Amino acid sequence: MSQKILLDKINIPGIKTYEVYRANGGYASVEKALKTLTPDEVVEEVKTSGLRGRGGAGFPAGMKWSFIDKKSGKPRHLVCNADESEPGTFKDRYLMEYIPHLLIEGMITSSYALGANRSYIYIRGEYMWVYKILERAINEAKAAGFLGKNILGSGFDLELYVQIGGGAYICGEETALIESLEGKRGNPRIKPPFPAVSGLWANPTVVNNVETIAAVPWIVNNSGADYAKIGIGRSTGTKLISASGHIKNPGVYEIELGLSVYEFMNSDEYLGGMSSDRPLKAFVPGGSSVPVLPAHLIYKTAAGEDRLMSYESLSDGGFATGSMLGSGGFIVYNDTSCIVRNTWNFSRFYHHESCGQCTPCREGTGWLEKVLHRIENGHGREEDIDLLLSIQSKIEGNTICPLGDAASWPVAAAIRHFREEFEYHIRFPEKIKNRDHFVNEPFEKVKHLVAKQYI
Amino acid sequence: MKVTIDGQSIEVAPGTTILQAARMIGGDVVPPAMCYYSKLKGSGGKCRCCLVEVAKGSDADPRPMPKLMASCVTGCMDGMEVNSKSSERVTEARKSVTEFLLINHPLDCPVCDQAGECDLQNLSFEHGKSQTRFIEEKRTFEPENIGPNIQLHMNRCILCQRCVQVADQLTDNRVHGVMDRGDHANISTCISKAIDNEFSGNMIDVCPVGALTDKTFRFKSRVWFNKPYNAHRDCDKCCGKTTVWMFGGEIQRVTGRKDEYHEVEEFICNGCRFDHKNVEDWTIESPREFEKDSVINQNNYTQKLEKVEIATEKNILLGRDEDRKKISMAEIPLNANNTNS
Repeated sequence: MSQKILLDKINIPGIKTYEVYRANGGYASVEKALKTLTPDEVVEEVKTSGLRGRGGAGFPAGMKWSFIDKKSGKPRHLVCNADESEPGTFKDRYLMEYIPHLLIEGMITSSYALGANRSYIYIRGEYMWVYKILERAINEAKAAGFLGKNILGSGFDLELYVQIGGGAYICGEETALIESLEGKRGNPRIKPPFPAVSGLWANPTVVNNVETIAAVPWIVNNSGADYAKIGIGRSTGTKLISASGHIKNPGVYEIELGLSVYEFMNSDEYLGGMSSDRPLKAFVPGGSSVPVLPAHLIYKTAAGEDRLMSYESLSDGGFATGSMLGSGGFIVYNDTSCIVRNTWNFSRFYHHESCGQCTPCREGTGWLEKVLHRIENGHGREEDIDLLLSIQSKIEGNTICPLGDAASWPVAAAIRHFREEFEYHIRFPEKIKNRDHFVNEPFEKVKHLVAKQYI
Repeated sequence: MKVTIDGQSIEVAPGTTILQAARMIGGDVVPPAMCYYSKLKGSGGKCRCCLVEVAKGSDADPRPMPKLMASCVTGCMDGMEVNSKSSERVTEARKSVTEFLLINHPLDCPVCDQAGECDLQNLSFEHGKSQTRFIEEKRTFEPENIGPNIQLHMNRCILCQRCVQVADQLTDNRVHGVMDRGDHANISTCISKAIDNEFSGNMIDVCPVGALTDKTFRFKSRVWFNKPYNAHRDCDKCCGKTTVWMFGGEIQRVTGRKDEYHEVEEFICNGCRFDHKNVEDWTIESPREFEKDSVINQNNYTQKLEKVEIATEKNILLGRDEDRKKISMAEIPLNANNTNS
């Protein structure tokens, strides 16, 4: 049993309520931080812990905190990004729904560290019931004196607000989130200036993922050095993984970073292997934006080492043979699933969620989707595969925000690793007319049809 | 601060963007810009046409920037080295942005009032290809009436959002904006026929394509058949300095005076633009200066006109003598009536 940091108390009955949470050692980090530590000491602890942003990019949280502009004298803000919309990711919802006080506690401690007196949780509109849970938790915390003016007699004031998003994936991008929080259309801003200098209402702002903030109480209660001992290399601590797809036990798991993918997939403590006797075909380790990996690259890296659940190991080999940990949306496919259909589905999502502000993403995502839709429905042309690669390379890196990259990487990876499957769709349109074409006839059985023939 | 763009150095003030520095140098190094408008605050960064490669960040931090930067919103640093047209990556990026802009843009230049003074035409002339790789159906919008003076063709829009900024910064109340998102993002008013502000006509001038055109000039003439003159009148609302577009003795259209980057020098009011089309209303100053390569400038008297020689068989265009008089009913001669009588 590995160490649990976020979910260790999740099974205590009534942990949703303030009394039970407090009785089980909750809000200890607030007491410790406000009474014995200076804000800079908290930031220093988080820096030593090596905690990295859990939203997807994996930027060190302590470093991000130290960038915040404290000299300007403007009010500072902490914003929690709970706009979790990445297909395949549902860890934040789990955390907020079952142990909401952990997030509130983290918000108070982190706000103290940053000197923010007005902090926000931006939650996606589809999580309406979670919003109500958070509101209740905030009211309980306020009644207990952990929010409001002069918390615990320390002179530190904090107001915490929950804001509901309107249902746009793009509002999970930090500057779009800030725009949306200000009441504007959720378009990403052009950087620089970065939010740490000019964010919410042009004030210095830090935007962190729910899971990042929820890890702060443990770091303050114990120490940054203790946190850094968990995990492997620069991937310290634990990570929530939302596992879905063709596996026996889908759900949210807390793992120590550095666990091997093989063990995570097959041990009964975690996913428990495949859901049926159909073999593993592919997996996406970090939500829909990251490259998909084929079966032979899942347990071993291209160099032949064991692939581990860590930022470094999953991205080993770059995009050619690696992927990314991303937000931890672990999607597993067996051989009944069609990679082309899956890529089209992801593409459709990004087409739908592109904000329409900058040209490559606005036009390119739609184009990708249309071409993939044609291929999946048997109207593909041989040149379409190269066309897709060309379109994606033209979107990648030329957009304002990372949504363009997120839309183009899965397409590139799918073609890189499963090009034959695309060719099969194009050359045998009558075979793929049935939506479940790989259920009865998995690709392995028909692979010879598109194999290159040498004389 | 010293900035070097494509090998040409220039001293600029702090806070200058790369695009502004390039415009100070002028010539080939100037990146195309579809959404940036120097007179509008907060414009730029969206169309990605002006991407440049920063080969050296600054003297203090000489690392190159990994991504191509939008030159219109990236500030210059001392000692910065920028590759604009000279970089392969940049030309490739401009080509791709042009292709992206064109895939959903209708090919209706022959009936578009903007044709001839369209930034997208210019952009595709320089960076576009004559073939398309897009075989899908283009996305389209329902026509919409946004007001008495301005015609909206949403299908042509490239969402530069200049018109939104004009409404924000020039008029009291913005009544239009961007609706929806992704490739279905569109410029629209929530209430139809709502745009009637006194300075709303400037939306037409800032529109880089034919998405917003002048209803009083609609289908009247191609712009290159008009003769533009700088003119002015006393106007209590605006500067009154305009360009009038004449066909013979008739003023067909009034616009703001635009510079070489198609940006108006001063914004004008709707009164001057739409309601004063009599020659008596205006004091005409002089013919407007042309851009050397503009469509309007074709066949201008200042250019040397070469006689067009078509290398072909003699008389193939002229035809035979008898055919020029009569080509039907070949069996009956032309002067058959004369011979009978």
